[in-house]
Amino acid sequence: MIRDITIGQYYPAESPIHRLDARVKIVVTFLFIISLFVVNTLAAYVCVTAILGVVIKVSKVPLKFMLRGLKSIVIIILFTAVINLFLTQGERVIWEFGFLHLTWEGIYMAVKMCVRLVLLIVGSSVLTLTTTPIQLTDGIEYILRPLKRIGVPAHEIAMMMTIALRFIPTLLDETDKIIKAQQARGADFDTGNLMQKAKSMIPILVPLFISAFRRAEELAMAMEARCYHGDEHRTRMNVMHLENRDYRAVVLTAVYLVFVVALRIAGNYLPFMI
Amino acid sequence: MSIKINHLTHVYNPGTAFEKVALDDVTLEIQKGEFIGLIGHTGSGKSTLIQHLNGIISPTSGEILLDGENIHKDKTKLKEVRRRIGLAFQYPEYQLFEMTVYKDVAFGPTNLKLTEEEIHRNVVSALETVGISEEIYEKSPFELSGGQKRRVAIAGVLAMNPEVLILDEPTAGLDPKGRDEILQAIKDLHDKRGITVILVSHSMEDVAKLVDRIIVMHRGKAAMQGTPKEIFSHVEELEQMGLAAPQVSYVFAELKKRGFDVPTDVYTVKEAKEVLLKLAKQVKS
Repeated sequence: MIRDITIGQYYPAESPIHRLDARVKIVVTFLFIISLFVVNTLAAYVCVTAILGVVIKVSKVPLKFMLRGLKSIVIIILFTAVINLFLTQGERVIWEFGFLHLTWEGIYMAVKMCVRLVLLIVGSSVLTLTTTPIQLTDGIEYILRPLKRIGVPAHEIAMMMTIALRFIPTLLDETDKIIKAQQARGADFDTGNLMQKAKSMIPILVPLFISAFRRAEELAMAMEARCYHGDEHRTRMNVMHLENRDYRAVVLTAVYLVFVVALRIAGNYLPFMI
Repeated sequence: MSIKINHLTHVYNPGTAFEKVALDDVTLEIQKGEFIGLIGHTGSGKSTLIQHLNGIISPTSGEILLDGENIHKDKTKLKEVRRRIGLAFQYPEYQLFEMTVYKDVAFGPTNLKLTEEEIHRNVVSALETVGISEEIYEKSPFELSGGQKRRVAIAGVLAMNPEVLILDEPTAGLDPKGRDEILQAIKDLHDKRGITVILVSHSMEDVAKLVDRIIVMHRGKAAMQGTPKEIFSHVEELEQMGLAAPQVSYVFAELKKRGFDVPTDVYTVKEAKEVLLKLAKQVKS
């Protein structure tokens, strides 16, 4: 049950997408997200979805994992849909009541926004599912590096992220263990009113906090024992370098962006709602 | 009170890249009053097996019968199953959370909704069994030494008055004194109160000294079972599984090789002492 939570949700597989350099993947994902806000017609969204579909197919990650990220934002999507449905101003009115009105423009807007959100989440899932957390933070550190000059502690941020990501599965395991241990002592987490349920969390939270602090202290000591110090003069075990495939990915992305802009321009000449 | 395990199979993360068969068609029977030693290398399925016994995890297929009744048949009775089969996890001290030792041990019996009096009786008796004296009752469990914490945590399981006590490596990470105290407490529970004990251990010495019957787990299967003498006579097979016989038995194998007339089925230090004294007398005369 507790394993269903997926953060640091890397899905191991052998695919061209997995092999890409993390920095390239981060930038490409970023550009993809921007592109979602460039396109504005349904036809264009169909194209973008098809392209994303191909990328997912190539990544060899089952679609089920890709869609799992949507579970957590179902409410946001529904909320967006409802707001857009009823509050969009428009000419082609279907139904009206007070300040609520259902228009064809509203339906169009709602569908577009939902598709946009879904593509956004699934698109970024491609990044997190095909890149190990370590590669991801390394990539982020590299990308943030120029900001060091204005005082952004890029290395420290990346280090903290690495450690946090590293400990998510550990703490989940720990939580699982503690829950089991308390269940073995007859603890009941499912019944009772809200107050009782909140109270029943104490036997899980106290040991979990203690263990998190203990682990943090142990890790800090282990790092000091191995003379860890910040980023000055620190060398890396895995030096990232761009391969041919990375350049190919960049070129493909550039083509994609041109295509998206073209779709946008073409959109001006299309009839309404296509 | 007997536990029967029929064709138990458990698969972790089925249908994903992380799929792992932890238990593979295990069939076992544990009788009332037995003292069982469960051995096997890390990842052999011991922990998964014991977590099934009190219904903390459910089988992928197969069943666990407690006195002939499937423990998952009636979900409302699971709590009763967990009372009857006490399970102390590895490093149980990490589950302590209360302000005082007394309150922490009382957590189990309180969950069972016993009366104030019964709770008090159970807590005191459990703490006495593990050798925690009265002046510690009101201390915070986090002030105690490692061995004391471990004993308090085990008392937390004992306070539910289980008929079967399962301990997952209760002596891991303890100093020799702490280890002896815990093992003695477990032995007393078995000998005096007649509790069925299942001891998961990596120490062949402890297993040889304490248990009536050994179950060897290997790659999710119950590979061997029998008395310590039976099991430890298969040294080669054990070694192939990443296990070993108790240290003393290697001494006797070596003595035999060097021409001394000694038995090779000596597995405890106590036995070894007697045999060696006899041998010494013979050599003298």
